[in-house]
Amino acid sequence: MPEQQKTIEIEVLRYNPETDQVPYAQVFAVPFTDDMSVLQGVQYIKDYLDGSLSFRWSCRMAICGSCGMMINGEPSLSCQTFLRDYYPERVRVEALAHFPIERDLVINMEGFIEKLESIQPYIIPKEARTLAQGEYLQTPAQLNAYEQFSSCINCLLCYAACPQFGLNKDFVGPAALTLLHRYNMDSRDGGQAERMQLVNAEEGVFNCTAVGYCSEVCPKHVDPANAVNLNKTNSAMDYFLRFLAPKGGTK
Amino acid sequence: MSKRRPYVRPMDGWWRKNPYFVEYMIHEGTALFVAAYAAVLLFGLLRLAQGEAAWNGWLLALKSPWSIGFHLLALAAIGYHAYTWFKIMPRTMPPLVVGGKRLPAWAITGGGLAAAGAASLLLFVLVWGLAR
Repeated sequence: MPEQQKTIEIEVLRYNPETDQVPYAQVFAVPFTDDMSVLQGVQYIKDYLDGSLSFRWSCRMAICGSCGMMINGEPSLSCQTFLRDYYPERVRVEALAHFPIERDLVINMEGFIEKLESIQPYIIPKEARTLAQGEYLQTPAQLNAYEQFSSCINCLLCYAACPQFGLNKDFVGPAALTLLHRYNMDSRDGGQAERMQLVNAEEGVFNCTAVGYCSEVCPKHVDPANAVNLNKTNSAMDYFLRFLAPKGGTK
Repeated sequence: MSKRRPYVRPMDGWWRKNPYFVEYMIHEGTALFVAAYAAVLLFGLLRLAQGEAAWNGWLLALKSPWSIGFHLLALAAIGYHAYTWFKIMPRTMPPLVVGGKRLPAWAITGGGLAAAGAASLLLFVLVWGLAR
């Protein structure tokens, strides 16, 4: 016996830069089954109702970080959010908050890419090392110090959850600062002094007012709020330690 | 020519758009009650320094219905502030490792609330004993 076909209303915030002055809401009636994600609902719209709808997606399994959207006002990965949880109410879908809308559900993430570059997200060796010296060794405890913070998939849900980023686009923000922390905590890395300049800067960690919503919405349980707030302490330490060690810490 | 024209959404009323932000704003707002209560206590200290008559005047003022109303309101506000403060604490402190395992968030929040409760009770009992 086939299940009775259910239909849910999906309200999408549309924006076409060539024809629209401001975004507007458009409602689609989408037939769905209980195993369908919001992403599949949006794909149904594109395939059968309106081929002009634009959105990003790739893996469908919460790994690629492409399909983040505001779903009923909450930053969510649309691939792991299910239509059945909203039925019979209407589900509202909008591009990630706090980012400029390029078109429909597609945001402009150039600012984030620049921030990602600015934190030097790679290991800066403490000293030059030859091949003959072999590989770096790391204990499980040393791995533990940063592993959680390395799980970020750059989905930008945390930025859409951060009102301080919404109010000040210069704020380096949760994901980039978390990745910065990940490298600073790595026992193989010697780049902390360089990265602390960004942590301490005007656009650094002190923009954060500990709202904490970034960690709430993170699909990978990275806890960016923790990384950012730990670096407030690190920044204060960095500031006071320079009086004890004039040549250490920040330049 | 580029057809790009990225649309920037306004931030007006951002804190009303999500219950999480509303809670955050109430949390931040209740801090004003903490400051107001500290001001009341500081003012008492000032009156004490000004002599017995001033001090007794302050004590009498505390007994007015307005003052009792304020204190009840401040108690509720500070209680909420303490609760939400300890709720965010696991996100703001370094991980606590006990016996090789990381202490879960609820244990940190619960521990903080228990410590705050115990300190309040101790202070209450002490002051009650002194006042008798």
